[in-house]
Amino acid sequence: MAKNWWKILSVLLLLYVIIGGFSVPVPVIGNNQQAARSIFFHLPMWMAMYTLLTISVVNSIWYLATNDLRRDVRASSAASVGVLFGVMGFLTGMLWATYTWGGTIVNDPKQMTTAIALAIYMAYLVLRMSFTDIDKRARVSAIYNVFAFALLIPLTYIIPRTVDSLHPGSASSPGFSDKDTAGTIKMVLWPAFLGFTLLGIWIYTLRNRYKRLALKNILHG
Amino acid sequence: MVNRISVSLFAAFLLLVSVAFGQETTTVVQDAASQQNTETGAVNEFFRSDSKIYVAVGILVIIFSCITLYLVRLDRKISRLEKEK
Repeated sequence: MAKNWWKILSVLLLLYVIIGGFSVPVPVIGNNQQAARSIFFHLPMWMAMYTLLTISVVNSIWYLATNDLRRDVRASSAASVGVLFGVMGFLTGMLWATYTWGGTIVNDPKQMTTAIALAIYMAYLVLRMSFTDIDKRARVSAIYNVFAFALLIPLTYIIPRTVDSLHPGSASSPGFSDKDTAGTIKMVLWPAFLGFTLLGIWIYTLRNRYKRLALKNILHG
Repeated sequence: MVNRISVSLFAAFLLLVSVAFGQETTTVVQDAASQQNTETGAVNEFFRSDSKIYVAVGILVIIFSCITLYLVRLDRKISRLEKEK
């Protein structure tokens, strides 16, 4: 139990986020209205995704340095859960956009580049399935993962900041920063980041344990 | 080794993205803000009622169902592994 305190913390934080997310007062601005509360659930998806994909690329580099297949298993598990959170972020963004931007998928740079980044990572998971040789699979997909991560940050973070977009955090709209965010939003948003990221790591450890069991004979230990 | 569900989800995502983007060539990004979703219908009315609070509810529902689906699939895979032993 002592080792699992962070799982309890994650559930408690998420309970707080769900209750707080629907009860704290939020500034009602423009046509966002009460849909502004979506930020408590939409934004943490991306934080969890970035954390998991970082875990993935670190393990891929570690695999390339050590040739330890357990590192490859970790990298693939983290990427899989990272894509899950990315897809959830994309879907929630689509619903939010429908009732504030006036279209489910609009020609918004952030939405486009994020779709590209997600497709790159989904291709990583599909690429892994195309190998029968386990060492070759680990090696090629580790290299692919490094390139995918190198594209992820410019695509989802840097390029959207340089062009006009409806999405907060672009050249023409204020980003989510400490100074221009209401205190009540921060009160729920920071715990939401931690809660959802820990939940993502929890699912990642479950998948990693399952994958290790499945490859027990090959991994020897 | 090849997981058919994953591959078809990937194909569906690529199809969705390639079909959905670039539809309205005249829409400038800034204009979209002034364009309200004015479509009528039960679903649209529901999401716009009570100051759009149901958009946030819907987002939470999406997240919960996606995590549940993922966990159910993982659970099934572990059960299959346990049976093999």
